[in-house]
Amino acid sequence: MTPRKRRAWAIAGGLALLAMATALVLNALQSNLVFFFSPSQVVANEAPRSGSFRVGGLVEQGSVRREPDGVTLRFIVTDTAHTVPVTYQGLLPDLFREGKGVVVAGKLDADGVFRATQVLAKHDENYMPPEAADALKRARNAPSGVDGADGKAGGTPGSAANNLAAAGPLRPEAR
Amino acid sequence: MIPEIGLFSLILALLVALAQATLPLIGAATGWQAGLRVARPAAVGQFCLTTLAFGSLAWSFVDNDFSVLYVAGNSHADLPAAYRFAAVWGGHEGSLLLWLYLLSAWTLAVAVFSHRLPLPFTGRVLAVMGWISVGFLLFMLFLSNPFERLMPPAMAGRDLNPLLQDPGMIVHPPMLYMGYVGFSVAFAFAIAALLSGELDALWARWVRPWTLAAWTFLTVGILLGSAWAYYVLGWGGWWFWDPVENASFMPWLAGTALIHSLIVTERRGAFRSWTVLLAICTFSLSILGTFLVRSGVLTSVHAFAVDPGRGLYILAFMTVIVGGSLALYAWRAPSVGLGGGFSLLSRESLLLSNNVVLTVAAGAVLLGTLYPVVLDVLDWGKISIGPPYFEAVFVPLMTPAIFLMGVGPVARWKQAEVPDLARRLRAAFAVSVATAVVLPLAMPGPARLGSPLVMLGLWLAAWSVASCGAHAWQRLNDGAHGQWLRRLARQPRSWYGMLLAHAGIGVFIAGVTLANGYEVKHEIRMDVGATQEAGGYAFKFAGIAPATGPNYTAQRAEFIVTRDGKPVVTLYPEKRLYTVQDMALSQADIDTGPTRDLFVALGEPVDDAGGNTAWTVRIQVKPFMTWIWAGCLLMALGGLLAAGDKRYRRQQEAVARQNPPAVAPARRQAREGY
Repeated sequence: MTPRKRRAWAIAGGLALLAMATALVLNALQSNLVFFFSPSQVVANEAPRSGSFRVGGLVEQGSVRREPDGVTLRFIVTDTAHTVPVTYQGLLPDLFREGKGVVVAGKLDADGVFRATQVLAKHDENYMPPEAADALKRARNAPSGVDGADGKAGGTPGSAANNLAAAGPLRPEAR
Repeated sequence: MIPEIGLFSLILALLVALAQATLPLIGAATGWQAGLRVARPAAVGQFCLTTLAFGSLAWSFVDNDFSVLYVAGNSHADLPAAYRFAAVWGGHEGSLLLWLYLLSAWTLAVAVFSHRLPLPFTGRVLAVMGWISVGFLLFMLFLSNPFERLMPPAMAGRDLNPLLQDPGMIVHPPMLYMGYVGFSVAFAFAIAALLSGELDALWARWVRPWTLAAWTFLTVGILLGSAWAYYVLGWGGWWFWDPVENASFMPWLAGTALIHSLIVTERRGAFRSWTVLLAICTFSLSILGTFLVRSGVLTSVHAFAVDPGRGLYILAFMTVIVGGSLALYAWRAPSVGLGGGFSLLSRESLLLSNNVVLTVAAGAVLLGTLYPVVLDVLDWGKISIGPPYFEAVFVPLMTPAIFLMGVGPVARWKQAEVPDLARRLRAAFAVSVATAVVLPLAMPGPARLGSPLVMLGLWLAAWSVASCGAHAWQRLNDGAHGQWLRRLARQPRSWYGMLLAHAGIGVFIAGVTLANGYEVKHEIRMDVGATQEAGGYAFKFAGIAPATGPNYTAQRAEFIVTRDGKPVVTLYPEKRLYTVQDMALSQADIDTGPTRDLFVALGEPVDDAGGNTAWTVRIQVKPFMTWIWAGCLLMALGGLLAAGDKRYRRQQEAVARQNPPAVAPARRQAREGY
């Protein structure tokens, strides 16, 4: 093989490998995206009936029920317009509280109950999971709920703090 | 008064940094010696001034000066003194100051240890670091001043986030930042080389120890962060593919590629422009990581809306650094030259494939981290990308890379032969396959055979270690027999570093595979007095009692762990309530052993009608967890050894500058060198 030919082969081989790696990455990305929906969207049947997704909002006051086994929980996630019942088996994160922001990941059952495999409520008391904050904002912008829940809520992005204030009446204690 | 001293030092530091950033560049371009000589004293002056600034902020924290806004926001009078000090980098402004301070420390180190380099080159390097410093100082002075006063002063302060009140907070951020900032040295060397057009094997030899040192710090920093997450977050996990973790992992991947591509540039004079590009990318990812984590973009894209000035500045700064250096690269790189050729199978080609894989991996992490942020900013929907994506990418990418990692060191430069490689590695290959098949049979429990993934992991782990062993054996016994002891002493430190780091990868993979494949986990409700079996151990919930700490109250449980009736250890997990922020935190208790970790974390109390005290509890037995940390430590130790190689400190520049070093010495050292 002449050096020129060899180099051509090397470049072709390298590009083929790179193309394979890119295909691998994009394929993995495609099949592992987890979409987020607000409770209003779930109620409006916009969420997938099969497959995993996330729901965010506030844990409704007084909705947390614990089964006798101690680790199976039922609670309701609300965006103040609509609600989604959730069950979860396992230990809750430290910052999970009624009236606080939460994001749950899992699947929707045929009976309309969301089976969470993961509950996120994290890091700091003043911090609202951005997805939960967004769900509340959408619900606030569209009091009828379903209309405004097309995923393109108008207006400029507000701060999470604003959304917290908007959710004020639901919060258990005033800070 | 003290905060004003700090602020004033920062302003002076900005002036000094401007001088350091401009005068040596003019000097290098025009041959004006006085301008070049400014660089070193300016670096020293900047270090002194930022030390003063950093000290002022630390003093304000330790002294509970709540008239400083940043102190009031991140500390509290009841906070233990060590955490008051660590709270300096507990928020946005202070962590930028830490970044700047460490940058000035690295700059000082370059100024002190660069006396053997030509003055114009040193001047350019220090000037580039000066520009980075200017960028950070402007940002701090105009948009995130840590010394801003609060009038009237706060009575107590809002306290440090309880999650951060941990020894990990004292060591993890400085280590991580030492790594991030350390790559600025490689970046500055790359830019200086592009400016001067002097980019040869000698240049690579200058950069290697700095890059290795930064990489070592970053490795330790990531390790500390991971270990901290493992015992504080209470999940028993140690890596979550969280954006914040990814932010530190991307520069690590790019930096790992860089230290390997530097080998080729030093030894064979090849890959020059690629090495420069990697140096630029690594530092850009470090900056991106700092800002991603600290700007709040990740927790909420709306953080930009809260303070548009900061967001815009960060974007502009990133654009200048990345865009500017890439433009310079596009302009100057063609003049850099290609270096020696090599065949399709050679150590060069193997190192090149290592580089390709590591770069693709870094790109995949970048994609998975930024894609949700970009979609959100464009308001195209909210998505998240979790561990399944990263696992789906990393297993197929890393499997060939780790196989080639075993082949690379035994392959010859320029041209390697398949039969020769096969002869050298067949024993190691046989040993690794045997390990992967036999070891699962020796594991306890019903799931002992594990999955194909477990066998793959064990094979890769055994292969990494066995191929290192085979290589070392042949290196010491080739040709003359019986001289291995003398040869052992003659090997360069970088060779030992390579062996340790590669074996460390194997230990790490073994730990990950066994801990994930054979962990036993129970999340259950337990009454006081109840016993739960897990992985051959019996965990007895012996009792629970109130306890108090300096700034928290807690429920402290006692778990007696026995195996076959014999006591093993007693664990005391706590559920803490930090009083200032009214925040609950579960503090797991872990018994660490060489072959297993015993992990207990408290969930919540379960009230029941009978008045019994029951809690939800997480109990885990994680085999070989320690090996994960040990593997990382071995890698870091390898980096440290390699960075300390004598070769980098030899008096060489006078000789080397006169005759082009790329090919001649490389051939002589080709068999030995790393």
